[in-house]
Amino acid sequence: MSQDFVRRMPYGSSSLQRKSMIGEKLHLDVALILLLVLICSFGLVVLYSAVGRETAPLMSQLVKIGMATLAMLVMAQIAPVFYLRTAPWLYLLGLVMLVLVLFFGYEVNGSARWLRVPGVFTFQPAEIMKLMVPMILAWYFHDRHLPPRPKHLFWACVMIAIPVVLIGVQPDLGTALLIGAAGLLVILLAGISWRYVFAALGLGLMSLPALWFVMRDYQRQRVLTLLNPESDPLGSGWNIIQSKTAIGSGGLFGKGIFQGTQSHLDFLPESQTDFIIAVLAEEWGLIGVVVLLTLYTLLTARGVVMAAQAQDTFGRLLTGSITFTFFVYVFVNIGMVSGILPVVGVPLPLVSYGGTSILTLFAGFGIMMSIHTHRRITL
Amino acid sequence: MTEPLALKNHSGESQIFLERAVLGFGMLIVLTLVLLARMFYLQIVQHDLYATLSDRNRIQVQSVPPIRGLIYDRHGTLIADNVPSYTLTITKERVRDMDATIDQLDAMIGLSDDEIESFKKRLARRQRPLESVPMLLRLTPQEIARVSVNRHLLPGVEVEARLVRHYPLGELMAHAVGSVRRINEEDARSIDTVAYSGTNHLGKIGVERFYEHQLLGKVGYQRVETDARGRVMKALDATPSQPGANLVLHVDAGLQQIASEALQGRRGAVVAIEPATGGILALVSNPSYDPNLFVAGIDATTYAALRDSVDVPLFNRAIQGQYEPGSTLKPFIALAGLVTGTVTPEFSIEDSGSFQLPNSSRLYRDWNWTKQGHGGHGTVNLQKAIYRSCNVYFYSLAVKLGIDRIHENLSLFGFGQNTAIDLPEARDGLLPSRRWKETSRREPWYPGDSVNIGIGQGDILVTPLQLATAVAVIANRGKMLAPKMLKSSNVEIPMAAVLTLPDVDKISPEDWQLVIESMGMVVHRGNMGFGENGTAWAYIGRDVPYRMAGKSGTAQVVGIAQGELYDEDDLTERQRKNAWFVAFAPVEKPTIALAVLVENGGGGSEFGAPIARKVLDYYLRDYQPEVSAMAPAGKPAGSQVRVLAAGPNGAQL
Repeated sequence: MSQDFVRRMPYGSSSLQRKSMIGEKLHLDVALILLLVLICSFGLVVLYSAVGRETAPLMSQLVKIGMATLAMLVMAQIAPVFYLRTAPWLYLLGLVMLVLVLFFGYEVNGSARWLRVPGVFTFQPAEIMKLMVPMILAWYFHDRHLPPRPKHLFWACVMIAIPVVLIGVQPDLGTALLIGAAGLLVILLAGISWRYVFAALGLGLMSLPALWFVMRDYQRQRVLTLLNPESDPLGSGWNIIQSKTAIGSGGLFGKGIFQGTQSHLDFLPESQTDFIIAVLAEEWGLIGVVVLLTLYTLLTARGVVMAAQAQDTFGRLLTGSITFTFFVYVFVNIGMVSGILPVVGVPLPLVSYGGTSILTLFAGFGIMMSIHTHRRITL
Repeated sequence: MTEPLALKNHSGESQIFLERAVLGFGMLIVLTLVLLARMFYLQIVQHDLYATLSDRNRIQVQSVPPIRGLIYDRHGTLIADNVPSYTLTITKERVRDMDATIDQLDAMIGLSDDEIESFKKRLARRQRPLESVPMLLRLTPQEIARVSVNRHLLPGVEVEARLVRHYPLGELMAHAVGSVRRINEEDARSIDTVAYSGTNHLGKIGVERFYEHQLLGKVGYQRVETDARGRVMKALDATPSQPGANLVLHVDAGLQQIASEALQGRRGAVVAIEPATGGILALVSNPSYDPNLFVAGIDATTYAALRDSVDVPLFNRAIQGQYEPGSTLKPFIALAGLVTGTVTPEFSIEDSGSFQLPNSSRLYRDWNWTKQGHGGHGTVNLQKAIYRSCNVYFYSLAVKLGIDRIHENLSLFGFGQNTAIDLPEARDGLLPSRRWKETSRREPWYPGDSVNIGIGQGDILVTPLQLATAVAVIANRGKMLAPKMLKSSNVEIPMAAVLTLPDVDKISPEDWQLVIESMGMVVHRGNMGFGENGTAWAYIGRDVPYRMAGKSGTAQVVGIAQGELYDEDDLTERQRKNAWFVAFAPVEKPTIALAVLVENGGGGSEFGAPIARKVLDYYLRDYQPEVSAMAPAGKPAGSQVRVLAAGPNGAQL
C-alpha cells in the first residue's frame, strides 16, 4: 500500500494552495454555478407554464432548488480526501438501505422503492446510489494500476452489479440501468481496454433476446409501444403520441410561452415531470430546444474540463463520471419523450418538477467543485 | 519488501483519462446532435402533420366498448342478454361551468346527492381528456325528452345509447348465473383500464365473474376529428371491438323453473347434476333476487332491504350454504364400511333404539326412539340400515371405522373441498379430521365425535352442491367429475382450473350395487308393513314411472337434551330440522343426480323427497323404460297397510 508515496504526501500546506480567485476561496466554480442558474431559471419558466401558471408548485420547486443549492455548497466545502476515506462506508450504508427497502420498503404503484421513517422522512436509497456507485469505483481504482487488470475489473463489476440487482428487483429497471451506466462510465474512463468494451457490447447484443424473457409485461409493453405507438393508442401509446404531437406542433419558434395547447388541454400526461421537454418544445419551438441542449452541453463541457484538471485518479474518475452520467439522464429523457427510446421514468435534469433528482444532481456538482477547488497546484 | 515495487504511472494515467474524456465528450456531442436531429425531424420536417393534429383539428381516440357475450341455457334459452340503455354523460372539457350544469340537470330530471357524488368520483378517475363520463344510467323516455329539448343549453351533456346487461329470467337465474355490477372504485384499481374503457360493468358474481375475461370481449377504438371544442366532426378510421364469447351453460331453464316452484317459497336449495359430464342442470337457491336491480345501480333502500332480510336472498344457499348433511351421508359411510372391510353386507346388529359407547352413559338415540323404550329397528343389516335410515347401525359403524378412515374415504367424494370448476363463490364445507380438531379446537378427537359423523351430524358440513356432486359419484359408480356450469362456447376457453379428481375406484361393483339397490329401496320398497318400507316410499314411491335411488336426511338445527324428545310444536320455525333429499335416476343409466335442501323444512322424506320427485319427473318426462327394465321392487305385495308418519314426529334423522 505504500507504493504511491507521491499521492500520499500530506495534503499540502495552505501556502501551496492557489487561492487567487474568490470562487476558489469559497470552494465554488463560477462557470458551473452560472450554467446551473441559467438552466434552472429556464426550467422554472417552463414549469410555471406546465403547472398552468399556478404559483404554489413554482414556490415549492424554488424551495427545493434552494435546499439542493445549500447541500451543494456544503458538499463543496468538504475536502475530497473525506469522500475518499468514507466512500466504502457510504457505499455499504447504501447497500444496507437497499436491502432494507426490499423488506420494509414503502410501496408506490406496485414497486417498493421508498424507505420511510414515519413522520421523519421518506427517501429512495436508489437515489443515493447514483452517487455512491461512481464514488466507490473511483475509490477502488484510485490506488490501483490503470488501465485496470481483469481481476480488478471483475471486482468493479461486482460493486456495480450488487446495487443494480437490488434496485432491479424493487422493481425499478430504469434506475437500475442508469446506475449501471454510471458505474460502467467510471470503468471506461479508467482506461479499460477497448477489447473488453467491444466484447461486452457483443455479448450484450446477443443477450438482448434473453432480456425479453425476463422483462415484466409492462416493460415489454413499453418496448413494443416504442416500436409502434399506434398499436395501442388508448393505453401505453397515448403518452408518446401526445408528446410527439406536442413537440412537432411547436415548430421552429413554438406556439409562444404559456400558449401550448397540448399541455394545457390535458392531452399531455406527466407534463410537469418526465414529459416537461414536450411543453418546452411546444411553446419555445426548436429554438428553445437548441438553447436548452446548448446549456446542457456547456455544463458537461465544464465538467469534462474540471475532470481533466483533477489531480488524482479519484478526482478525475468521480468528476468525469458525474458529468457523463448527467448527460445520460438528459439523453434518456429527451430520447424517450421524443420517441426514440422506451419510456423509463427519468426526469429531465434540473427542469422536471420534483426535489429528489435535483438534490442528487446538486450534491454531485458539490463534490465536483470540492475536488476542483481543493487542488494544490495549477496545471 | 517481497513484492516488486510498482509505481503508478501518473502521467500515463492522466493521458489515458484525457483521451477517454475527449472521446466521451465527442460521443456526447454526437448524441446531442442525434437528439437535435430528432427534434428537427418532428418540429420542422413533420411540423405540418403534427400542427394539424394538435391545432386546428384535434384527433381524438374514442373507445368502442365491446358487446358482452351472451349466456344461454342448454336448450338455447337466453339467460343473459344485452339491451340498449340510455346514459346521460358529461364531457368535462365542453362544459363551461360544471356545478351550474349539474344544478341545471338536477332541476330538469332530479339528481340525488349520491348520484352527484359518485359522478364526481368517476370524473376524477377519468383516463383521457375529452372522455365522456356517465352521470345517470337507464334514463326513462321522459328524462331523455327533457334533456334532449334543453340540449342547446347544456354543452357537453349527451344522451348516449349503450348496451347493458339484462337478465330476462330475472330472479330465476340469479344464483345460477351471477350478475354484473357497476365498476366501483375498488374494481377500478385492479382492472385493466384500457380493456374496460367505455365499459361500465363487470361480472362480479358466479359465471359472470368466472368467465369475465371471455365475456368481456376486446375493446375497439375509433379516431375522430374534433373541433376545438371537442365536438366530433368525422370519424377517420376505426378498429371495431370484438364481442365477448357466448356461453352455453349446462343449466336447463325449464328444470330450474320446476325446481324453484317445487320449493314453494320455502328457504332452500336444489342442485341437479348430469352425472355423465358433471354439468350442473339446475342450481336453485330460494329466496332469490332480481339481478337486473344491480345492473342499473341499486338504490340504497332496496339494497338494504335485500341485505338485511332475515331470509338472506343474496346468499347463495346452493353453493355457499353449509349444513349438516344428516342421514344423506349414510350411503357414503356404508361404502366406506364396505371398502375397508369394516362390515360385510351380511353383518347385522340388533337395534333397540339407542347406542352407547363402552364406559359411557350417554345415549345416542335412533330417530324412532321413545321414552318408553320401544323404538329401534330390530335386526338390521346394511341394506335395511339404509332404507330404514337406521341410526344405531351407523353409530356403531362410524365408531368402528374411526375418523381417519371416514375422512380418507369421504374426501374421495369431494366432501370438505370445493370441486366446482366455475363457481368462484362455492364454499368448502367441512369434513372433520383428527388434525382439524386438534388445530381448530385444540382438543383430541373423541369416539363420541365419530358417532355423530356416522349419521351426518356433528362437525361435518356440506353444501347442497357438494352433496349433489357426491351423489353423482354414486350414480357413476365411482367416476368423479368436477361440477361445472359451462357446456360450450363459440370460442375456445381453456379450462385451466379444471381439477383432475381421482375416481373412487377401490369399491367393488358388488358393493356399489348393494348401496345403490338399498337407495332404490328407500323410494320403491313399499307395502311391506309398518317399519319395513323405504322411508320415502309413502311420500313419493307409489307411482314412480322410472327407477330412482334416493336417501332422505333430517338434520337437527338445535341440540336436544339427553332424554328429551324433539317436539316440533315447541320449536319456532327457524329451529326446526333441515330437510334433505338426495336422489339419482334412472338407476340403470342415471342422467340426473340431485340434492334438495329445505331449511327448517322438517322431515327429509316428507318435505324433501316430493321436491326431488317433481324435478326428476320433469327431467325424465320423456323417459322410456328399456325393454323389460327392472320392475319396481316391492310392488306386488298386496298389503294395504298405510304407513303414514314413520315415527313419532315423521322425522328420520
